[in-house]
Amino acid sequence: MSSAGRTASQTIAAFRTGETNARDLAEQTLAAITARDGAIGAFLHVDREDASQQAERLDERRRSGQSLGLLAGLPVAIKDVLCTRGQPTTCGSRMLKDFKPPYDAHVIERLRAADALLIGRTNLDEFAMGSSSENSAFQQTKNPWDATRTPGGSSSGSAACVAARMTPVSLGSDTGGSIRQPAGLCGIMGLKPTYGRVSRYGLVAYASSLDQIGPFATDVAGAALLLEAISGHDPRDSTSVNRPVPAYSQSVDQPLAGLKIGVPREHFAEGLEPEVASVVRGALDVYKSLGAELRDVDLPHSKYSIAAYYLIAPSEASSNLSRYDGIHYGHRTEAFKSMAELYAGSRGEGFGPEVKRRIMLGTYALSAGYYDQYYVKALKVRRLIRQDFDNAFADVDIIAGPVTPTPAFKLGELVDDPLAMYLSDIYTISANLAGIPGASIPCGFSKTGLPIGLQLQAPPFEEERLLRAARMFERATDWHLQTPPLS
Amino acid sequence: MSYDVIIGLEVHVQLQTQTKIFCGCSTAFNPDQPNVQTCPVCLGLPGALPVLNGKAFWLAVKTALALNCEIAPFTKWDRKQYFYPDLPKGYQISQYDLPFSHDGHVDVVTESGGERHVRILRAHLEEDAGKNLHDESGRGRDSQVDLNRAGTPLVEIVTEPDMRTAEEARRFLEELRLLLTYLEVSDCNMQEGSLRCDANVNLHVHQPDGGKVATPIVEVKNLNSFRFTEQAILHEVERQWEEFQRTGKTIKDAPKSTRGFDPGRGVTYPMREKEEAADYRYFPDPDLVPVTVTPADVARVRAEMCETPISRRQRFQTDYQLSAYDAAVLVDQGREVAEYFETVARAAGDGKQAANWITQDVLRELNDRQLTIATFPIPAPVLADLLGRVHRKELTLKSAREVFAALLESGEPANIEQIGQVIAEKGLAIVQDAGAIDAAIAQVIAANPKPVADFKSGKAQAAGALIGQVMKLVKGADPQGVRERLLEQLKSLP
Repeated sequence: MSSAGRTASQTIAAFRTGETNARDLAEQTLAAITARDGAIGAFLHVDREDASQQAERLDERRRSGQSLGLLAGLPVAIKDVLCTRGQPTTCGSRMLKDFKPPYDAHVIERLRAADALLIGRTNLDEFAMGSSSENSAFQQTKNPWDATRTPGGSSSGSAACVAARMTPVSLGSDTGGSIRQPAGLCGIMGLKPTYGRVSRYGLVAYASSLDQIGPFATDVAGAALLLEAISGHDPRDSTSVNRPVPAYSQSVDQPLAGLKIGVPREHFAEGLEPEVASVVRGALDVYKSLGAELRDVDLPHSKYSIAAYYLIAPSEASSNLSRYDGIHYGHRTEAFKSMAELYAGSRGEGFGPEVKRRIMLGTYALSAGYYDQYYVKALKVRRLIRQDFDNAFADVDIIAGPVTPTPAFKLGELVDDPLAMYLSDIYTISANLAGIPGASIPCGFSKTGLPIGLQLQAPPFEEERLLRAARMFERATDWHLQTPPLS
Repeated sequence: MSYDVIIGLEVHVQLQTQTKIFCGCSTAFNPDQPNVQTCPVCLGLPGALPVLNGKAFWLAVKTALALNCEIAPFTKWDRKQYFYPDLPKGYQISQYDLPFSHDGHVDVVTESGGERHVRILRAHLEEDAGKNLHDESGRGRDSQVDLNRAGTPLVEIVTEPDMRTAEEARRFLEELRLLLTYLEVSDCNMQEGSLRCDANVNLHVHQPDGGKVATPIVEVKNLNSFRFTEQAILHEVERQWEEFQRTGKTIKDAPKSTRGFDPGRGVTYPMREKEEAADYRYFPDPDLVPVTVTPADVARVRAEMCETPISRRQRFQTDYQLSAYDAAVLVDQGREVAEYFETVARAAGDGKQAANWITQDVLRELNDRQLTIATFPIPAPVLADLLGRVHRKELTLKSAREVFAALLESGEPANIEQIGQVIAEKGLAIVQDAGAIDAAIAQVIAANPKPVADFKSGKAQAAGALIGQVMKLVKGADPQGVRERLLEQLKSLP
């Protein structure tokens, strides 16, 4: 069996038992990328030599009888927003086209320590801002189920490469839905952990108080493995929480008895396509058939989540992106006569339109006279949204609903309508504002054959519950086994 | 018309930490090798995150406690945003609306003996920026950036506008430096920029109707010496008074402007004004968690604090019966001199004698020889031993000075044994042998009939010459004892 068809657990098992070696796993992965990525455009950078060297070192370690990490032999693709020493880290931006960090992100160190094979850098919306891959300065990633459609975003490449079975798992980042939305649109598993569960050190910041790194996988067990490997305290990130990391990969197969699932009324209201609604309702019925109890819950402030998000995230982004000024690294304009022209020219040329839009929004929201009216008000709404979740979770174990209002939309369809584009994150954004974990699992298809996702949300640090609930569903269905037509 | 001068200061003090405030890079002053004390965090590289250096924070709390400030139970970090090449992230991590401390005061004694109570509005913690290096040769046009200093911890101390003269402002800074060096929270090295000051100055001009009008406030930036601060304020007062008389402009016409100080010409000059008011778009830094400080934390820091200069001046007066002036001279020399004094005073058993020696002889020698107390060749125990001999009347004051000079001459660090050697070599020991003194007195009386007769006829001063002669014969005799015995013997003459 080619590595390209195996799940994460199968791949690791095949390597551990000696059925295959890391060199073959790397080569099969690289071959799958060669064969399929021309049509998908998931990868921005694949250093074949580096991948082969990693594999050879790993084979050598196994030969010499050294102990092997949790992810030994597992090919992992990395969203190009996570710093990797000596490898391009472009963030999908002209600004960082030639940037190679001198250090590894915390999660990259963890993956190396777990003996994963880092296979390449995946495309994204510039600086993780966007929902379609169309904001990447370099290429458009296509949805493996329909190349005329978006794979979602901003972790477009990481979702598409797993959906197209080029790698069994990948890492993305999620600020307002950037893991769950593309996972939903590509028909795979994606998980945004609790804020603070995974260190952000080395994740190029979009909105620091919302960003969180998480896994994509073809199945729940793969996501559990990857999450287990990257979680845990990092003293270099003061928002990283010092709590023990459960062995997610060990517990994931245990079903949850007496599971109470909350169904937010607000997530089945106006704006949700009937087809998506009915597929998601069907998924909830599966849970019911597994013995779970469904309860209606209210998230009364969820209607303000998009508004709050589009004040908080751009405010932080306008600040986080100030460092891209053409002075110390990154793109510098050639035409300038003064310091102000150097800044304006470098930033004007380096950033794309969506990034500029958000910088402008954030600069405005933070400026004197508007701060209280916008930023502070948004923070208050954020607290109310968190309270909604706390109240709901007093009553239920998990909250379930749609990931997106529609299946994958056509590339180009919403490019000129940013507000409509923003709405594709309407169900995912509130988890980032509240800091809670959320997952997307495949739960069906539209009549035109596009995947539809089910979102599961849990209280803070209840990733274990989330994964076990997801696995219950996965075990009872075969949606995760459906693959797009592969070349 | 007359006016009051209104002065408030903003002082930046670099904390004495080994590492930077949000990363592990060294804070050593290193202007010759730029950009070697940097890492992804202080360079502001993509993905790098700041983590608070706990030592810097507690050192800052200690600083604030020394300024009699309240310590906030909850404090957070804010970003102050502006573009400048020496600011790698495009924002400075600072504190805006919830500084870690507020509402303190420092009492300053002026040279005339007056006292000024200067209130501290707040002290907050922030990171320093880097340094832009411009090609000043006039040939090249390159500017370079050195980020060694970027991320160095600074405490910004903001006073209320409580000072009324340039001298008070200088004395405030001197007292502040003394306080912070005593506590070892900063080396306050002004050449290396560890203490920098901005002065806000304006005049309140008395009106004929009894009211007052204020002239526009001028902030004189980046004053890096006490003298320059004083000079800049003096100049600014003159300039504002002249300008007010000429233009009548008040604070309502122009609330505030920024000027620099040219030490060469002794004048302030206008700095380029921003076209619009700066909008720093402060907001809480989402990368840094807020800090909570418990009363137990504050107590712990307080327990680690040494005596402040103010309380030490008072204690020296009560413990050693020093004058306020002497106590101030000793304490103001810095912690090491004050501690040197205290060691000598205790061991010698004579605080006043110790103070006299240190404020006069020791400080004079330090000054003449360009030494610090740490490099002074006579350690405190040695001086204490010497003064102890004087105190026990084993040595005259004059002889002690001779020994002191001899110990200094060698240039090597002196020890107690050397005192005995010098006394022996020079025959300075007080002769306690009454027989030898009596014999010498008899010899002198016999040899000097005229002064003896003069004395007998009532000229008391004639004894002086006789004492001198006895002293010459008996080296090391105590002049007081000689005087007493001689008078006795003269009186007993028929």
